[in-house]
Amino acid sequence: MSGIPHDHYEPGSAPEKWLERRLPVISLIYDTLMIPTPKNLNWMWIWGVVLFFTLVLQIVTGIVLAMHYVPNTEMAFASLEHIMRNVNGGHFLRYLHSNGASLFFVAVYLHIFRGLYYGSYKSPREVTWIIGILIYLAMMATAFMGYVLPWGQMSFWGATVITGLFGAIPWIGHDIQQWLLGGPAVGNATLNRFFSLHYLIPFVILGLSIVHVWAFHTTGNNNPTGVEVRRGSKEEADKDTLPFWPYFVMKDLFALGVVLVVFFAIVGFMPNYLGHPDNYLEANPLQTPTHIVPEWYFLPFYAILRAFTADVWVVMIVDWLTFGVVNAKFFGVIAMFGSIIVMALVPWLDTSNVRSGRYRPQFKLAYALFVADFVLLTWAGGMPAEAVYANISLLGAAYWFAYFLVILPVLGVIEKPLPQPETIEEDFNAHYGDGAAAGKATPAE
Amino acid sequence: MFKKLTITALTALTLGAGGAWAAEGGHVKDYKFSFEGPFGKYDQAQLQRGLQIYTQICSVCHGLKYVPFRSLSEPGGPTLSDDAMRAYAASYSIFDPELEDYRDGKPTDHFPEATYPGAPDLSLMAKARAGFHGPLGTGLSQFFNGMGGPEYITSYLLAFSDETKEEAGTLYYENSVFSTGWSAMPPQLFGDDVEYADGTEATMEQEAKDVAAFLMWTAEPKLMARKEAGVISVLFLGVLTVLLYLTNKRLWAPYKPKKNV
Repeated sequence: MSGIPHDHYEPGSAPEKWLERRLPVISLIYDTLMIPTPKNLNWMWIWGVVLFFTLVLQIVTGIVLAMHYVPNTEMAFASLEHIMRNVNGGHFLRYLHSNGASLFFVAVYLHIFRGLYYGSYKSPREVTWIIGILIYLAMMATAFMGYVLPWGQMSFWGATVITGLFGAIPWIGHDIQQWLLGGPAVGNATLNRFFSLHYLIPFVILGLSIVHVWAFHTTGNNNPTGVEVRRGSKEEADKDTLPFWPYFVMKDLFALGVVLVVFFAIVGFMPNYLGHPDNYLEANPLQTPTHIVPEWYFLPFYAILRAFTADVWVVMIVDWLTFGVVNAKFFGVIAMFGSIIVMALVPWLDTSNVRSGRYRPQFKLAYALFVADFVLLTWAGGMPAEAVYANISLLGAAYWFAYFLVILPVLGVIEKPLPQPETIEEDFNAHYGDGAAAGKATPAE
Repeated sequence: MFKKLTITALTALTLGAGGAWAAEGGHVKDYKFSFEGPFGKYDQAQLQRGLQIYTQICSVCHGLKYVPFRSLSEPGGPTLSDDAMRAYAASYSIFDPELEDYRDGKPTDHFPEATYPGAPDLSLMAKARAGFHGPLGTGLSQFFNGMGGPEYITSYLLAFSDETKEEAGTLYYENSVFSTGWSAMPPQLFGDDVEYADGTEATMEQEAKDVAAFLMWTAEPKLMARKEAGVISVLFLGVLTVLLYLTNKRLWAPYKPKKNV
C-alpha cells in the first residue's frame, strides 16, 4: 500500500493461499498493521488512535442509548430521565456519550493543531488533509444535532440560533431554513430528522476515516522533522522506520490509557462540568434563556460569528457595496464558514518549502499566537454578547484570517529556515544515540 | 516548544470551557456536602430530613414529576424501609386515568407535578442551577471547590431580605442570590419550620442544606453508583496504563539506549 518499501504478506499454508487468491483480506490487514512508520514520531502523533477509539465509543454507547430514547418533543426529555434513572447503567452510558463528544473534540483539535505545526497538510498529503477537514465538519454536524436530542432549553435554543444562520443567506435563506427544520420553527419534525441524521453521520465519519488512513498510508506518515522517509531500498527505509505493529500500537495504547484515566475521572466525578446547566430544563419555546451558548467546542467559531457586528467598518463597507445584501448577520455567517474554509485551503496558502515548524523560527512565533488566538476565541465565544467581548472576538477573528491568508503565504517567501536533518535516522539518533545498532547489526556509516 | 504550547493551551481550554458562561447572581457560598469529591456519598439521614422539608414545605407548590416513590427505598438514596416508602406513597392522592379518579399513591407512581402556577418542577433543579461559574467565566470555583446546584439552592433559600416590591400585580421578594435579584417565591425557611424525626436541631441553615442535598439526590439519584464506577474505572485504567507503559518501554529499549534531550 505504502510507497515505502517493506515486507509483504506471503501466504504460507494452503488455506491461506486459497483465501489470498479469492480475497486478500489477510494481506490488507498485514500491510495496514505493518506499515513502516517514522521512528521519530513524538507524543503528538497519538491522537489518531485516540480519535478512532472515541468514534467507536460514541457509536457503541450511542446505539444503546438509541434503544431507550424517544425522538418526540413530548417525550424526549422524559426519556432521557428514564435513561438516567431506570435503565441499567444508563446514567453512566449517557455521561460517557455526552463527555465522549468533548473527548472527540479535544482530540481532534490537538490532531489538527499538530498537523498545522508540523506541516502535515503539505504536498503530498493534501488529500489526507482535505478528508480530515470533511471529517471535522461531519463531526460538528453530528455533535450539533446530538445536542438537540435531549430537548433541553439549550438544545432548543441552540438549534434555533444555528439553523437561523442559514436563514441569513439572502433570498433563499428562509426557504433553506424551513427545509432544514421541516417547518417554520424548531419542532417535532426537526427533532426527528436530527435524530435520524445523528445516527447516520457517524457511519459516514467512519467511512471517511478509513479513506483518511488509506490516504496517509499511501504517502506515508509525516514526522516531526518533516523530512521524508528514504525509499531507495528496504534497507534504507528500515533505518528511518519501524513497523506500526507492535511499536506504535503499544505506544498509542499507552497514551490512550493516560487519556482514558482523565476521561473516566471526568465522567465519574464531574460529568456535567462541560455541559450547560440550562439543558436540565425542558425546552420551552416561550422562554428564551439569558445567554444562548453552544457547547465549548463550537465557541471559537461562535465568537467569529458574533464578532462582525453592524458597526465594524469592514461590515459597513461590504453592506454598502452589496446594497445591503451582505448585511452584518450574513457577514458573520460567511466569516464563520470562511474560517474553516481557509483552514481547508492551507496546503495551498502555506508557501514554505520547509514542512516542519521546528525549522521555521518566525513561523513558530506566528503559530504560538495562533494557538493563543484559538484559546482566546474559545473564551470570548462563551461570554455574553457585549461590546467588549465582540471587540476581543473581532481581534481574534482578524488574526485567524491573517494567519492563513497573509502570514503563511508571506512567511514562506521571506523566512530563512534553519538547517534540517538529512534523514529521520539522524534526528532519531541525535535524541537516543545509535540505538538501531543495539537492535540490529547496522554497518557503520 | 510544542509540548509547552499544548499544555498551556489545554489548561487554558479546560479552565475556560467549563465555565465559559458568565457568572450570574451573587454570593453563592461554598457549603460542604457529604457527596462532594470522588469518594463522596449521600448522607441518608440528611436525605431523609430533606425529604421531610420537601414534604412539609416545598411540595405545597412544587413538584418532582421525574422521581418515582419507589426510588425512596432504593440504594444510594434516602433508603426508607419498604413499608415506610409504601406508606409515604399512600399519603399522596394520585389521579389515575384508568379509574378516572384519585386513589392512594403506589410505589410505581411518581411524585405529583407542581400545583402552584409558575412554581417550577424541582426534580432536576440542583443540576439546572449549577451555572454560576466564576471568576471571569473561568469555572475555577466549581472546578476546585466542587460548587454546584446544592450550594446555589442553600444560598438562595438563605438569601432573602425583608424587602418586597410589586410589579404588574405580582409580589416579588428580594433575594441577593436569585439571578434577577427579586424572586417570585416568598421566603420559606425561618428555622424550626419542621420538627426533625431524628432530633436534629432545625436551624434555618440546617434546613436549607438538608433540602438542597435532597434535591441533589432527586436530580442525580445514581450519583453514588456513578462515583463508585468512576473510582473503579480510574484504578483499573491506571493499572492498565502502567502495564502498557512498561511494555512500551521494554519494546523500544533496543532502539533508545540513551536519551539526550
